[in-house]
Amino acid sequence: MIIQIMVIVIVLTLLGFFIRNTLNNLELLGREAGYGFLFTPSNYDINQHLIEYNSRSTHLRATIVGLINTGLVAICGIVLATIIGFVAGVLRLSSNFLINRIVYAFVEFSRNVPVLLWILLWHGVMVHSLPHPKQAVTIADVSFLTNRGFYVPKPLLEPMFWWVAVALVIGIAGAAMFARYSQKRQEATGQRYPVIWINSAVIIVLPLLAYWMAGSPATLEMPVFKGFNFQGGLVLTPEFLALTLALAVYTGAFIAEIVRAGILAVSHGQTEAAYALGLKSNWTMRLVILPQALRVIVPPMISQYLNLTKNSSLAIAVGYMDVVATIGGISLNQTGRALECMSIVLSIYLCISLLISAFMNWYNKKISLVER
Amino acid sequence: MAEQNQQDYVPGTHASLPPPISQVGIAGWMRKNLFSSPSNVILTIVAVYFLYKVIPPILNWAIFDAVFSDVDHRNECREIAAGACWAVVRARFDQFLYGFYPDYLRWRVNLTFVLMFVALIPLLYDQVPKRKYLLWFSLIYPFLAFFMLWGGLGLEPVESAKFGGFLLTVLIGMTGIVVSLPLGIALSLGRHSSMPVVKMLSVWYIEFFRGVPLITLLFVASTLLNYFMPPGTYFDLLLRVIIMVILFSAAYIAEVIRGGLAAIPKGQFEAADALGLTYGKSMRLIILPQALKISIPGIVNTFIGLYKDTTLVVVVGLLDPLGISRATLADSSWQGLSTELYIFIAVGFFISCFAMSRYSLYLERKLDTGHRDK
Amino acid sequence: MKISKYLSIVLAVLALGVTGVSSAGTLDDVKERGHLQCGINTGLTGFAFTDDAGNWQGFDVALCQAVAAAVFGDASAVKYTNLTGKTRFEALKAGEVDMLSRNTTWTYSRDVDLKLTFLGVNYYDGQGFIVPASLGVSSATELEGASVCIQTGTTTELNLADFFRSNNMNYEPVPIETNEEARNSYLAGRCDVYTTDRSGLAATRASLDDPENHVVLPEIISKEPLGPLVRHGDDEWGDIVRWALNVLIIAEEKGITKDNVRAMAAETQKDAELNRMFGTEGEYGAMLGLSADWVVNVLAAVGNYGEIFEQYLGVNTDIGLARGVNALWTDGGLIYAPPYR
Repeated sequence: MIIQIMVIVIVLTLLGFFIRNTLNNLELLGREAGYGFLFTPSNYDINQHLIEYNSRSTHLRATIVGLINTGLVAICGIVLATIIGFVAGVLRLSSNFLINRIVYAFVEFSRNVPVLLWILLWHGVMVHSLPHPKQAVTIADVSFLTNRGFYVPKPLLEPMFWWVAVALVIGIAGAAMFARYSQKRQEATGQRYPVIWINSAVIIVLPLLAYWMAGSPATLEMPVFKGFNFQGGLVLTPEFLALTLALAVYTGAFIAEIVRAGILAVSHGQTEAAYALGLKSNWTMRLVILPQALRVIVPPMISQYLNLTKNSSLAIAVGYMDVVATIGGISLNQTGRALECMSIVLSIYLCISLLISAFMNWYNKKISLVER
Repeated sequence: MAEQNQQDYVPGTHASLPPPISQVGIAGWMRKNLFSSPSNVILTIVAVYFLYKVIPPILNWAIFDAVFSDVDHRNECREIAAGACWAVVRARFDQFLYGFYPDYLRWRVNLTFVLMFVALIPLLYDQVPKRKYLLWFSLIYPFLAFFMLWGGLGLEPVESAKFGGFLLTVLIGMTGIVVSLPLGIALSLGRHSSMPVVKMLSVWYIEFFRGVPLITLLFVASTLLNYFMPPGTYFDLLLRVIIMVILFSAAYIAEVIRGGLAAIPKGQFEAADALGLTYGKSMRLIILPQALKISIPGIVNTFIGLYKDTTLVVVVGLLDPLGISRATLADSSWQGLSTELYIFIAVGFFISCFAMSRYSLYLERKLDTGHRDK
Repeated sequence: MKISKYLSIVLAVLALGVTGVSSAGTLDDVKERGHLQCGINTGLTGFAFTDDAGNWQGFDVALCQAVAAAVFGDASAVKYTNLTGKTRFEALKAGEVDMLSRNTTWTYSRDVDLKLTFLGVNYYDGQGFIVPASLGVSSATELEGASVCIQTGTTTELNLADFFRSNNMNYEPVPIETNEEARNSYLAGRCDVYTTDRSGLAATRASLDDPENHVVLPEIISKEPLGPLVRHGDDEWGDIVRWALNVLIIAEEKGITKDNVRAMAAETQKDAELNRMFGTEGEYGAMLGLSADWVVNVLAAVGNYGEIFEQYLGVNTDIGLARGVNALWTDGGLIYAPPYR
C-alpha cells in the first residue's frame, strides 16, 4: 500500500512538474494554449481529398482530410500486405527450389531494410520509370498508368444508387444468418451445405438485381488527357501508390513469416486424422488445418496491421498528405502551435491503436483454446 | 537363359547398381526440386523468366556500367559510363560512417565500436572463458563509451552535432536498447504486479508508447520537449531524441519480457514463495533469470526494429545515413544521385540487420532445444 | 484539496530549485560557452551544404561565421545545428540556437505572433516557377490544371495556394520534403512546374544537365525577404547580429575586402566611417560589448557581402545568380545598410 501511494505521489509530482513548466513556458512566450486556430482558414491546398476541401477550409477540415487519407493508406496497405504475406508465406513452403529461394530473398530483403528507405525507393521507381502522361500506358483506353498516378474511371452515383447499397447490406446479413444456420445444422447432423457458393451468390446477385431494378443509377467518368494532365476520373497518386506498396511489401514480408510459422505449427497428425475421418483434402484444409493455423497466425498479424498503420505516418517522406503531414506538418508550421497540433496527432494515433488492440483482445478471447 | 543370368548376378558378389541417372546428380536434383509436377514446371519457368528479366539490368547498372573510380563531380561519372555513380559513396564514405566526427579522433569511434563487441560477447554467448570478469567490463562499458565518444576528462570533447552516419545509427540503437532494458523490466514487473495502481500506470505507459508512431514522438522531442522543462534548461537534440527512443523502446521491451514472464510456469512463483523468499529475491534469483533468458531473441528482434527505425531521426534534422545523403545531395557536384545513395544505405542496413536476425534465430533454436530437454 | 495544495507547494519548490538557471543575456552565454550556436538548413545548394571534407559552407553559414568572428575574433568558433522547416523556430525559442540563419522569410506573423526578431535582409528573394521549355508555357497564368512540385513547410505553399485561387485556376500541389527530392521529381516529370524561391530555382536550373531546356517564368508571386533572426527580448544580442550583417554591406560599399582589410585597418583612413569601423576612432566596439576591432575580424574572416555572394551564389559558381535586386543600392539594388556612426 505504501509503495502504491509513493508511486502515485511520484507520478503526480512529475506530471505536475511538466504541466507547470509548460504553463510557465507558454507564459514566457506570451501565448495561450488553445484550439481556436482549428477554425481558421488553413490557406493551403491538399492534392488528395476524398471530401470537399480547398485552401479556404479550416485547419479542422484539413485534419479530417488527413485522417481519411491515413485510413485509406492503412486499409489498402493491410489488404495488400495480407495478400502478399499469404502468397509469399505459402510459396516459401513450396518444394520448388527456385521459387523457394526467390521468395526467401524477397522476404529477407524486405524485412531487413528500413521501411523509410523502401518508401523512398518505391517513390523513386514510380516517378522515374513510369511514363509521362503524354506517353501514358493505357489499359483498354479507360485506365492510364503514368508517373503522375494511375487514372481509372470514376463511378458517378445517382440518388437511386442507395437501393443497391441497401441490397448489399441485406445480402450480407442474409449470408451471415445462413452461415450460422448451416453451422448449427452441421454440428447437429454432420451434413454441410455448400455455404461459400450460396453466400457469394446471395451477396453478388442481390445488389445486381437492385441495380437493374433501379434503372442503372451509375455512370462512369473517364479520365481524359487535357492540357497538362489527365482530367476527370479517379487518380491514385504515385505518393499514395509508393507508400501503400512499400508498407504492404514490408509488412507482407513479416506476415509471410507469420503465415509460414502458422502452417508449420499445425502438426501433420491433424491432416492424417482428418483423412482418417474421411474428409476430402479441401475440407481438411478448410475445416481442420486453417482454423488451427489461423489461431496462431491472426494475433501477430493484427499487431503487424497496427505497425503498418503506425508506419503510414512516414507518408511525410514522400509528401503524401496524411494526418501527420496536414495537422502535424503544414498546419503546425503555418500556425506555430506545436503543442496543440502534436497533441491532436498523438491522440488520433492512440485512439486507432486502442481500437485495434481492443479488437485483438476480443478476438484472442474468442479463439483462445479452452483446455481441460 | 534365365539360369545363366541368375548366375551372373549372384547376390553379394557384385556392387549394387547405381540409382538411375535421373534420380541423382544435377539431373536428379533438378527433377526433384524444379520439375516434380506440372505446376512446379510452370513455377520454375516463371521464376527463370523473372530472374532473366530482373538480374541482368540490375547487374549492368550496379556493376558493369557503374563508375567506381575517384571522381569529384557527377558529370565526370556520366562521361565515363551510364550506370551507377558509386564515386559519390566513395567521396563521402567517411561521412556515412562517422558523420562529421573530427578526422584525427575517429580512432576513438573505432575503438569504442570494437570494445562494444568485447562487451557484448559475454552477454550473447554463455560459454566464454573468464565470463565473470568480462561481464564486469560489459557493465562499465556504457560509461566508457560515453567518455570515449563525447570526450572530457582529458580527452578532447566532441559535441553531439558532429555525430552522424552509421555511428549515429548504432549509437541511438544501442543506447536505446541498453538503457531501456532496466526500464522495460521494471514496467513488465509493474504490469505483472498485483498492485492495481502500479499495474494500471504500467499498462497506460506501455499502451501509450506502443500506440503512437515513433515519428510523432520524435516530433515531440524536437518541438515540444523543451516546453516540459523549466525555462532556460535545454538538452541538445541528440540527447532529446535518445530520451524519446529509450522511452519508446522500453514499452516494447516490457511487452517482450511480459511474454517471458507469462511463459514461466506458475509453479516457479509458488515454489519461490514456498521457500519464503521475498518478492525482490524471488524475482532476482528465480523468475527474472528464466524470463530474461526466454526473452533474449525477442529483445534482439526489438533491437533490430529499433535499429531500422533510427532512420526516422532524419525527419527532425539529425544526420543519420539518410541525413548525410540529404546533405550530400545538396552539394551541387552530387545532385541527383539519390538512387545510388539509398541503395548504399539499404545494403548497409541489410547486412547488419540480416546478421542480427540470423543470430536471433540461432538463439531461438538453442533455447528451444534447451526447453525440450527438460 | 489539502493534498493538492501540499502537492502544488512541493511542485513550486521543485520548480524553483531547477529554474535556478537564469539567463544573463545571450552575449554573455555565448562568451561563456566559447562558441556560437547557429541554426542552419539541413542542406540547400549555395546557402548551406557540406564540402567533401565535411565542413558546412554557404551563404547562410557565412553569416554565422561573421557573428562568431565578431564575438570571438575567430570565425570557426561556431557550432551548427541543422534545422528543418518544422523545427527551426522551436529550436530558436528553446534557446537551442543563439541565432537562425536559415533562409527564413520575414513575415508579419513570424515577427509578431511567433515572437521572433528579424534583423535585416541578407537576400531578397521571391517565389517563381520553372518549367520545361518543351511545355510551351510563357506565363504562370497559363498553368491551369498543372501539377506543381513544392517544398513543404515553407511560405511558398501558402503563396502558391493564394496565387492559384486569385487567378481562378486549378492545380495539383505535390508537396515534397526537401529541395533535392523536389528537383528529382520535377526532372522525372512528376510535375509540370517546380516552384520555390528564385534563388533556389536558379540553383536547380544550374545543376541540370540541360539548363537551356528549362525556363524560369517571369512572374514573381511573392516577396521573400530572407534574413537572420533571434528571439524576442534580447536586443543587445540582436544588435550584434544586425550589425554583423550591416558591416558586411558597408564594407562592400566602401571597397573593403577580405584581403585588404588588415592593411587598411593598419593605417588611418581619410574616411572617418572607416576609422570608426576599424576601431581606431571612438569606442564603437565597446558599445556592443565587443572588441574594438571586431569589424576587422569579421571582414578578414568572411569578406564583404559582395565577396560572400560571389563565392557561394554568384555568376562564377554552379548556381550562377546575378546580383539583381541584391545589388547594392548604389548599383540600383535593394541592399542598403544604415551608416556606421
